Amino acid sequence: MSAAQSQPPGGREVLTPDDIGRGLRRIAHEILEANKGADALVLLGIPTRGVPLARRLAAAIEDVEGTAVPTGSLDITMYRDDLRHQPTRAVEPVQLPAGGIDDRVVVLVDDVLYSGRTIRAALDALADLGRPRAVRLAVLVDRGHRDLPIRADHVGKNLPTSRSERVMVRLADADGVEGVWIA
Amino acid sequence: MRHLLSIADLTREDILAVLDTAGSMHEVQEREVKKLPTLRGRTIINFFFEDSTRTRSSFEIAGKWMSADAINLTGKGTSVSKGESLRDTVMTIDAMGVDMMIIRHPASGAPRQIADWVRCSVVNAGDGTHEHPSQALLDAYTLRRSLGDLEGSHIAIVGDLAHSRVLRSNLLCLRALGADVTLVAPPTLMPSGVGAWAQADGFRTTYDLDAVLPAVDAVMMLRVQRERMSGGYFPTAKEYAVTYGLTSRRLGLLRDHAVICHPGPMNRGLEISAEAADAARSLVLDQVSAGVAVRMSILYHLLAGEGNAQ
Repeated sequence: MSAAQSQPPGGREVLTPDDIGRGLRRIAHEILEANKGADALVLLGIPTRGVPLARRLAAAIEDVEGTAVPTGSLDITMYRDDLRHQPTRAVEPVQLPAGGIDDRVVVLVDDVLYSGRTIRAALDALADLGRPRAVRLAVLVDRGHRDLPIRADHVGKNLPTSRSERVMVRLADADGVEGVWIA
Repeated sequence: MRHLLSIADLTREDILAVLDTAGSMHEVQEREVKKLPTLRGRTIINFFFEDSTRTRSSFEIAGKWMSADAINLTGKGTSVSKGESLRDTVMTIDAMGVDMMIIRHPASGAPRQIADWVRCSVVNAGDGTHEHPSQALLDAYTLRRSLGDLEGSHIAIVGDLAHSRVLRSNLLCLRALGADVTLVAPPTLMPSGVGAWAQADGFRTTYDLDAVLPAVDAVMMLRVQRERMSGGYFPTAKEYAVTYGLTSRRLGLLRDHAVICHPGPMNRGLEISAEAADAARSLVLDQVSAGVAVRMSILYHLLAGEGNAQ
């Protein structure tokens, strides 16, 4: 995990902090609308940046609906399909909220949806942890180029990109600076 | 990292990386489905030329929980009994295409020699009186969970030090993590030459257990290794228990927060009293539980990343 930086990464800014805030509030409303309330909801952020995003979503939902939503983190390193092609990665813990995920509506939260392989790994991880009633996906940015038949239920911003471009998400709590850049 | 042969090969960062991953692995023990797909398709041979309860079963469980194919071989059932050499034995297994051999052997240095002969990864599960790296890592993990950061903490290692491979690995590991270490043993069981090492490295040795106990954060009791003793190292077992055992009286000398470790198996009543072994401050069973998580972490760090695939 990178140390906090206060410098924005290079490239073109496509989402400002205000855009991120509005997108998250809209997603919170969408989740509540689709779920008909906050009943049985659990938010699981995928490390690294999915975790603060999940926390913010939970806060936004509590703002709107008045209920606290159980939140946790789901590290998927052990379920990746590309481990043998990279140096050994550090593993973050899996922290499920008390009450677990059985018979809950689990909303996975991540910053960028790209090939879909991370979400495939997350679905496998969830299968070993319990049996949710349903699994939904909320992402801040969908940049296209799916390798697998996976789609997000809630998207902050659709960003068509070319494969050679890099999408960089920065969040104030993790990185010291906030916004989404493309380079 | 391709092999784990000795703690001396690991930097402080390597050690912390293994311990941090072990923390994440620990929660797998609490799950209903104790399986991670990470090492699916890897083949791990546990090759134990000496008896073992904890180490062998926890390496086997660790491998299986990571979805690897973990197979146990002991010296007894193999053609070693027909006179086949160690080299031929391990090269035969290696030629079958295994990814890793986990070796326990009565000869110090055997795993390193095996690592020179074979193409797969080699893990030292205890060689003679030399080292037992995975034990030291799980001890450090258990102590950190109990005491927090070990930098500056004071740990005593007590017992049959001269015949202990756990001692060398623990000493190297605890020193790498910044702990103060005091070795306690009767003169006959203090390793020869340890004084010079102690002076160079900055740890201490003493024959006086009672003086050390009130000052420590943790005391690690080591087993009297009768199977490695050929001469009279102490007059009677009773005398050893009274002068160097962790008796009920000595429990009272420990500070409130101080904890007790023992790698096992324990000679209850000899180096450790039953009361100490079963005390609330005894971490013996935590060590065993940690052993599976730490060994899963070791297997992950050696086999999961690039450069390890053959």
